[in-house]
Amino acid sequence: MTTAGPVGNISQTPRMIASDLTVRAHPSGGGGWNRRARTAPYLFLIPYFLVTLVFFLYPLIYATILAFYQTNGPTSRAFVGLNNFRFVLSDPDFHTALWNTTVFAFFSIFLQLPLSLALALMLNVRSARLKSFFRLAIFAPNLVGQVFVGILFTMLFAPRYGLINKMLHALVGKGLEMNWLQDPSLVMPALIICSLWMYVGFNMIYFLAALQNVDQSLVEAAKIDGAGPWNIFRSVTVPAIMPVATFVVITSTVGSFQLFELPYILLQGFGPRNSGMTVVGYLYNFAFDTGDLGTGAAVGWLLTFIILIISLVQLRLSGTMRNDR
Amino acid sequence: MSETITWLSAHALQVFLVALVVLFFIVLAISPRGAWSYARVATLLIVGTVMMLPFVWLVCAAFKDKTVMNEFTFLPPPGKISSETVNLNNYRTLFEAKPSVKGPVVFWQYIVNSVFLAAAGTFISLVFSSMGGYALAKYRFRGRTAIVTFMLASVTIPGVVLLAPNFEVIWRLGWMDTYRALLIPGCVSVFGIFLFRQAMIGVPDDLIEAGRIDGCGEFRIYLTLIMPLVRPMIGAFCLISFLGAWNSFIAPNIYLQTQSKLTLPVVLNQYIGEYAQQYGVFLAGTLLAIIPPAVLFFSLQREFISGLTSGAVKQ
Repeated sequence: MTTAGPVGNISQTPRMIASDLTVRAHPSGGGGWNRRARTAPYLFLIPYFLVTLVFFLYPLIYATILAFYQTNGPTSRAFVGLNNFRFVLSDPDFHTALWNTTVFAFFSIFLQLPLSLALALMLNVRSARLKSFFRLAIFAPNLVGQVFVGILFTMLFAPRYGLINKMLHALVGKGLEMNWLQDPSLVMPALIICSLWMYVGFNMIYFLAALQNVDQSLVEAAKIDGAGPWNIFRSVTVPAIMPVATFVVITSTVGSFQLFELPYILLQGFGPRNSGMTVVGYLYNFAFDTGDLGTGAAVGWLLTFIILIISLVQLRLSGTMRNDR
Repeated sequence: MSETITWLSAHALQVFLVALVVLFFIVLAISPRGAWSYARVATLLIVGTVMMLPFVWLVCAAFKDKTVMNEFTFLPPPGKISSETVNLNNYRTLFEAKPSVKGPVVFWQYIVNSVFLAAAGTFISLVFSSMGGYALAKYRFRGRTAIVTFMLASVTIPGVVLLAPNFEVIWRLGWMDTYRALLIPGCVSVFGIFLFRQAMIGVPDDLIEAGRIDGCGEFRIYLTLIMPLVRPMIGAFCLISFLGAWNSFIAPNIYLQTQSKLTLPVVLNQYIGEYAQQYGVFLAGTLLAIIPPAVLFFSLQREFISGLTSGAVKQ
């Protein structure tokens, strides 16, 4: 957006001269692009316009309308007003889903992100070989999609033979019979462990990139002033990585609230007593298993609303908005 | 000698921990000196090992025979390794033709489907997203600010809101059970447009003017002048886009019905139930499925990380 300043105005004039020259050099035309440098950007954006119209704008309006209808598959429907929202908000299954998702999001932010930051701080050293090796090792799980991670961990969590129980048995001496995926109280810890393995390296990459951009002269100045490591971290590093931290917190919250594939695969459904049901799982269940697209759309809007509120609160708390004013 | 091997296999974990400590001191020797660098390297080693263990376990499980699958955590001890315990039986079972409603399907089919969908999707998305990015980076035109604002607003709406209505759109277009349903809705990504916009904004305007003076059309300027300049970004975008398509589950699961059209994630999910008693089979398939992204990542690692963080970290 900064390029729209004076630089842009200066470049405007030679461009027009240039296109005049081109036309003169090629009297026969030389293709529509040449003469129509003004229409070119719109032509470049045509694929975006089309796809957005058909698969974003129309569905978005349609989702709003659909939320007020009861449907049975794509063919039959009846107007029900706010009933879909009323039903969802009073459905105990939705409460379970919302609770599970919130717990998951809580641990993503307060367990996973601090660990990511800690790992990034440890990796932020001068030795490049050390850095790239561990960065790769810790980031690697993120290359594997949620589906494949789910498949892999169904076996890792298996009681008696699973790697996780065997490790716990060898280290703590018990836990061989823990049935992670069948015991309702263990399903959420299993999901958290799984997503920790998958995403801790992903967020670490962001923190690491932010740490590498911290102004070293500030750090040196603070050292000369006699600041200890903790003080440097608090008053130099933290403010410097705050924008990226906000970004990471918001993307992981939004991501956590959209959790679906991992528990769906891992538990082959929603787990014992819906202990692995998430909001998106609840939506998926309604829209594609019972064919009630209207309730599905209503859940979608509720989810959007929740995510929007949380993101705004986080932005406000981090002070990013205050700085903009 | 055989006693030593038996002892080693009985104390595999302890041996492993000792090896870890030895490795720790090796890494220490090459790492910078400092009071807390010891603790740091130790922690990193433990974390790195924990992150790698599931992969090691997966590789072992894929090649273990089903008769010894639960007997050994990783591989059988050296004395017991033979074609009876470590073999390709899981892969043989995996690649057997399986009957479906419309004739037998071989596992190769799913690999081909996945590779095709991910490659085609990446290519289409690369062309259309970079075109959009170029338009926003290098042209000043009426409505540009509005378009950028609209794009930024559109990414805040979670994709699942559109899941139900998009299902109806696809159904009405008659695209159910076709690859169009997977390729076309995702053929332009706002993320990609912004990635390319950011990369192309730095390209000097003089270069474009020179191209125009030489008589290049606008599209040729984009294709032959601009695109080669943003090659690192192309690598990053292709990798991110390929990973997304390769790992996608919800859309193919909803839209595809014919067994021979399914992709790896959908099929391997089916196999969890089907091969519950013989889980080496779907683990063998999972190992195959994570190889292509890994190969791509190793070849494009630097571009990938810079592309990933370019939106968040301002240089």
